[in-house]
Amino acid sequence: MIPVRHAVTASTEKIIQPIEPTIMSSSDMTIHLKIWRQKNAESKGRFETYTLDNVNEHMSFLEMLDVLNEELIENGDDPVEFDYDCREGICGSCNLVINGRAHGPKHMTAVCQLHMRNYSDGDTVVIEPARAAAFPVIKDLVVDRSAFDRIIEAGGYVSVKTGSAPEANLIPVPQKKANQAFDYATCIGCGACVAACPNSSASLFTGAKIGHLNKLPQGQPEKQQRVLSMVAQMEKEGFGDCSNYAECEAVCPVGISISAIAEMRREYLKALFDN
Amino acid sequence: MPSFIEAAQSQVGRKILTGITGLLLVFFIIFHLAGNLTIFGDADAMNRYSMILHNLGWPLWIARIGLILVFAIHAYIGISIWWQKRKARPEEYDVYSSKGGPSKQSLSSRSMAFTGVILLIFLFFHINTFALGDTETVIIDGQEASDLKTLVIETFQNPLYAFGYTFVMILLGAHLGHGIWSSFTSLTMKSKKLSSSIYSIGVILAVVLALAFIFIPLYIFFTGGCGGLISGYDCV
Ligand code: HEM
Ligand code: SF4
Ligand code: FES
Repeated sequence: MIPVRHAVTASTEKIIQPIEPTIMSSSDMTIHLKIWRQKNAESKGRFETYTLDNVNEHMSFLEMLDVLNEELIENGDDPVEFDYDCREGICGSCNLVINGRAHGPKHMTAVCQLHMRNYSDGDTVVIEPARAAAFPVIKDLVVDRSAFDRIIEAGGYVSVKTGSAPEANLIPVPQKKANQAFDYATCIGCGACVAACPNSSASLFTGAKIGHLNKLPQGQPEKQQRVLSMVAQMEKEGFGDCSNYAECEAVCPVGISISAIAEMRREYLKALFDN
Repeated sequence: MPSFIEAAQSQVGRKILTGITGLLLVFFIIFHLAGNLTIFGDADAMNRYSMILHNLGWPLWIARIGLILVFAIHAYIGISIWWQKRKARPEEYDVYSSKGGPSKQSLSSRSMAFTGVILLIFLFFHINTFALGDTETVIIDGQEASDLKTLVIETFQNPLYAFGYTFVMILLGAHLGHGIWSSFTSLTMKSKKLSSSIYSIGVILAVVLALAFIFIPLYIFFTGGCGGLISGYDCV
């Protein structure tokens, strides 16, 4: 059922075996899936429905999709394409829009960290890709998020001395600033903020990236150029304006606050008026 | 380095401008409401107030032109944000819902463009009805003045006007329910504590303003202008 479970070695099998059957029998669920299928960027997509009647509440959402794909492959059908890498909430690959919410129903949780115990037997789950002109669908649930990379590229470089590791206390960073910079730096670039924003704005992502570097001494020399270029690039990519809906903050798996957007606006104004 | 015009047209610049113009409009409508409430003052209060404003001369014209500019910039950016949002997501979600929690999505925030456009259309009717409406001449403090008070009272005896105004003022309340907080966030308010108090204050202010605006037409309609709060009107 779950591939990992079958791959256990003989010694661990002893421990798992008595537990496994009770878990499986007590919590097998039937889940109806309605999934966006799209062959490639050019073709028109449509919804397909599937029913899985062996979903275990301990599965992660992506494992549930793995099970579906195994069935599809066995039947000679095309598996559902979806993005993932780390499956531990740190890489930002896995954003899906589940029943209308980016990363599913739980706050501060990436899809890969979402478990099927959040669903009940008989539920219908609708899965769509992030929808935004700036995030074109490549296949099924996979979208092209390279617009984010171009926003980061537009930010340019930071001035750091390379060579041997710097002395840790050479550049003092006040605790408060270090914390703020770290909060912003936790953005994993998943694009949920864009997916959930009614305007498809990339302001939370861009704000987090700008806020992170602008808080640190290493980010000071180029800070004006950085905010101006990144804001310009964000617009060029075709993201919408921010209307302060704060939906981005609600779906962000790492809880970046919309204060990042206010930070971006303030830095933009500073860059304009300091010149 | 973007030029000032380019910066003003950037997504950040647009937001700063909606915030500034939105707040200026909030100050304007508070001032406007205070003027409206002179209808409950003594017999001549409202007409005297209007006469004083009209006698201001050039400062009045500066205020008028300024106000038109503020409305125009605010409405232009508001509509262009709505336009851009449609281009930014050509294919809508089949299912969409807010995740709640810190989200500020509400009927009020989702309908900013709708309520804004209705307010703009209303503005033309409103100016036509009162600023350009036919009035009798009255003498106040030895000077000729127009009898705006009677025009207002007679207009609101018409249910179409009384309830039409009420409806639009509910929309104004909805616009400001999200708008007041939004303008502070647009103007770079970062503190979370401040943000939640401003949100509450904004909603309360929006409700109070809307109720105060609505009170006038409904009071006149239901009392036929003969209620005890209004003096100096010959009601039949
Ligand atoms: C009585 C007049 C009005 C007042 C007091 C007012 C006030 C405000 C305020 C405070 C905001 C928030 C600004 C921000 O997001 O930074 C706002 C936003 C907005 N206003 Fe108005 N407004 C008025 C009239 C209008 C009119 C005539 C329109 C016409 C289209 C309009 C359209 C909008 C839109 C679309 C937004 C949302 C902007 C966004 O998405 O960020 N408003 N308004
Ligand atoms: S700000 Fe949050 S939601 Fe947006 S890309 Fe970064 S981690 Fe994802
Ligand atoms: S797969 Fe890496 S964050 Fe979900």
